[in-house]
Parts: sequence; C-alpha cells; structure tokens
Amino acid sequence: MDKMDRTDEQLLETIADLHGIPEGSFNIRKNGKLLARNSGTDVEIVSKTDKDGIDIIVKPGVKNKSVHIPVLLTVGDFQDTVYNDFFIGEDSDVTIVAGCGIHNDTCGNAEHDGVHTFYVGKNAKVRYVERHYADGSGTGKKVFDPVTKIYLKENAQFILESTQLGGVTYTERKTYATVGKNAQLLVKEKILTDGEEKAITDFKVKLSGKNSRADIVSRSVAKGNSLQQFKSDMVGKNECFGHVECDGIVLDGARIISTPKIDAVSPEASLVHEAAVGKIAGEQLLKLMSLGLSEQEAEDAVIKGFLN
Amino acid sequence: MLELKNISYSVKDEASGKKQDILKNVSLAFEDRAISVITGPNGSGKSTLIRILMGISKPTSGKIVFNGEDITGLSITERAQKGFTIAFQQPVRFKGITVKKLLELACGKKLDMNGMCDCLSAVGLCARNYIDRAVDGTLSGGELKRIELATAIAKGGDVFLLDEPEAGIDLWSFEDLVKVFEKLHEKTVIIVSHQQRILETADKVILFENDKPVSIGRGEEMFQKLTQRPSLCWRNVKEN
Repeated sequence: MDKMDRTDEQLLETIADLHGIPEGSFNIRKNGKLLARNSGTDVEIVSKTDKDGIDIIVKPGVKNKSVHIPVLLTVGDFQDTVYNDFFIGEDSDVTIVAGCGIHNDTCGNAEHDGVHTFYVGKNAKVRYVERHYADGSGTGKKVFDPVTKIYLKENAQFILESTQLGGVTYTERKTYATVGKNAQLLVKEKILTDGEEKAITDFKVKLSGKNSRADIVSRSVAKGNSLQQFKSDMVGKNECFGHVECDGIVLDGARIISTPKIDAVSPEASLVHEAAVGKIAGEQLLKLMSLGLSEQEAEDAVIKGFLN
Repeated sequence: MLELKNISYSVKDEASGKKQDILKNVSLAFEDRAISVITGPNGSGKSTLIRILMGISKPTSGKIVFNGEDITGLSITERAQKGFTIAFQQPVRFKGITVKKLLELACGKKLDMNGMCDCLSAVGLCARNYIDRAVDGTLSGGELKRIELATAIAKGGDVFLLDEPEAGIDLWSFEDLVKVFEKLHEKTVIIVSHQQRILETADKVILFENDKPVSIGRGEEMFQKLTQRPSLCWRNVKEN
C-alpha cells in the first residue's frame, strides 16, 4: 500500500474536507490502487472480484453514519475506471462523500471515470456529496466522466450534491435515476469552468412511482472561453412532481447551452423547467459597487454567492 | 456641504431620435446635518438626480462639489468610499447571497450577531430569522426594501441617498422608518418621497416639476404650498 504525501492530503482536504484519515467507514483510492480502507459492521466495504471497484453495503436501520470514498490521481498517462455499487438498507440514513482530486504535473492525460450505482431501499435516506477538483502545472488533460445511476424504492430520499469548481479540462457527467412511490430525488449541481474547459452534464430522470418527486437545480458559471452544456430529460410516468432549474452566468467569451426536456407521459404528472443563461445583471454590480466594492470585487462576490 | 452646479442630463429618445431633457440646469445645495426631501410628480427627474449624485449616471454638463472638492468624475466605488450611501428604489435580488453576506459586504468586515441585530432591528427585522436567507425572490417586496435600508445603515457614511424608502413598507411600520431617518440627522440625508409623514420630518423640501426644482423651502411652509397644488401627485397618494 502507498503512503499519503502532502499533495494527497491537500487534495483530500479540497474534495472531502478530510484532514488525514477519516472516522467511520472509508476507502481511499490512489492511482488505481487501494491506499487505505476501514470496513465497519454498519457499513461494509468489499472489493469486487470481477472488475475494479467496491461494494458498499449499508445495513438496514443504520442511522447518522458517514462513508468516505475519495479517489486521488497524481500521475499522468493514466485512465482509471472504477465500478462502485452502493446497497443502501431499508430505514437507513447515511452521508456518502465521494470526491475525486487530480493533480497532474505531466503532459500526459489523467482521467478518472467513476461508475456509481445506488440501490436505495424503502424509507432510506442518502446524502451523496461528490466534489471534483483538479490542478497541476502539466499540459496533460484532467478528465472526469462519471456515471451515477440511482434506483429509489418506496419513500426513499436521495440528495445529490455535485460540485466542480475549477481545473477540470473536460467532464461529461451522466446521471440516471428511477424514482419510486413517494420517493424523492434532490439534485444540487454547481459547476465553474474557465479557460478552454468543457463540461457536459446530462440528467435522465424517470418519475415512475405515485407521488414521486424530483428537484434538479443546476447553477453554473462559465468564464474565459469555456463551454458548458446542460441537458435534462425528465419523464413523468405517474402522478408526480418534477422541477428542473438551470441557471447560468457567462463571462468573457464563454458559452452555456441548456436543453431541458420534460415529458408528462401520465396526465397526472406535473413537470416544470426553468432555464436562464446570461451575464451578471448590471444592477447587481451597481448595488455592490455602491457599497464600496470595485467592479471586479463585485463580480467575484456575485459569482461566489451564486455558487455558494 | 454637497452642491450641484448647473447640472443637466439628457437622453436621446429612441423613437424620435430627439434629445430629451431629464434634468435642466439644476443648481442645489444640501447642507450637512440636514434632511432634505425631494418630491414632485413621477418623471420629474428625482431618481435621476439621486443616480447622478451616486455616480451611476454621468451628467451631460455641470459639476458636483462635495466639501469643496469636484467629484463629478468619480466612479460609484470612489463615491461610496468617500461616504456616499444609497438605498435604491427597487432593491436588487441576488441568487445565493445571504442577508448576512450582503451586510458584511456593506460594512466591509465580518459581523457578529449583535452587529447584525443592530442593522436589522433598526428596520424592524429580527436578525435570527433573516441572516441565513438569500436576498432573492423568496423575500417579499417589503422585506427586500427593509434589507436595502439595513445595508445602507450597515455601510454607514456621510451622505445618504434614499430613493422612495417608504415604498412597500406597511403603514404600521411607518413611524419606525421615520425614526431611522431621525437617527441619521447628523448626516446629510437626501430622500425622494411622496409621503406626507416624511415631508414633515424634512428640514428642507425641494419640489421638482418638469426637469428642475421649482420651489424650495422649509418643511412646514412647503407643506402649505403643496396642499394648494392639486395637480401634484403626492395629493393623490394622500387621498388614497
């Protein structure tokens, strides 16, 4: 097993608020290998035998536990694909923190593709936090192509908080969800791109159970010459409520393309989408400048608040 | 002392292409430690005057002199740093910026609970209920208006420009609002208003009509004059 160095510690702090080894169950993966693991009785972590990845098993009724499964990539010319399956027991309540940090000082590309599948049992509640961050002085690309599949049983609740705040050259994030009876999916996505970066995010949500709900809120800021694309496809197959909101701020020569699609297959489905893309409102800058901020400080304050 | 010297402001009418005067050759003086209220019909140039004082709009001609210094060319930021503070007629909404953050940006430092209570209780809001709320569409018009005033109080300064501060504030809170102005009595306060109660608190009332001040006087004497002018908008407001 590798040891943790200063770069690893900094990345862990950024992506998972971790200062060293966390408490509770965790699995830290570095450059395609296991760095450290703690598998508990409430939350079990088991390596897959047929492919690269782990099974995370949360026992029924387990409450207020957290699981950290961060991934670090600190070399170039490396493509890491990992398959993680989460089996969330009935009536449990857990927080899963799954950030990934890339530090690439080389001219070769570094890529991490996490394929995560969640099977969430009846009445279970999951808060899933995924932070992506990259840095490094090399010309090599820093790429994330995550796939998240979520299956929610009756009364289950899934909160997805995904954040990407800089340094990622290219990302294509796919999220698929099937929401059962009385179940809820809440998504809060925040993306900041700059330079020549490109970020694509694609949601496909099926509201299949009676009284199922989904609320997807995406906030993005595109600077420099970066490009962002937001796609969502929500289908209401039952009496349900779905809401998609995509808010984007563009600066410099950047571009944001938003394509929300809603499909009320059932006449009882109620689906809403809102999208707004544009530069920072002039009156917001005026207000902050009237408080004594310079124009640049005002712009930074608006963006910081927006991505909160 | 804040002085406007021969200030004019005109815009080009987009439809006709003709020059349209919003303010024409306005000269006014605002004394220190006095509340001046500007009143007059809609469209007479009151808000434009406030925007010109704050540096948001640049006058077509004329000078603004503050304590002997020509500040006509100063930016909004520079005026704010010189002690000019504005409360906008229509407060701006910010997605994600909390009341706490906005107050901190206003006063330029971190604020503890006591500091936030001071600013918010002055406008009749309980800090505990508001500091973590975003300054966005989830707040009502009246709440936003109060928070706008609270940011002006948090910022502080020497010249307060308050553009229709009473708009959207319920009648029950009116007296508290008047107390806010009275507390600012040590400063130069310029209020645009149509409300009788605010006119009564003024040391000086300036009546605007058709792009310039037509009459200036002490609060009470101006009030007499205004009641004899049925064409003015404030009377309609009163009768309603």
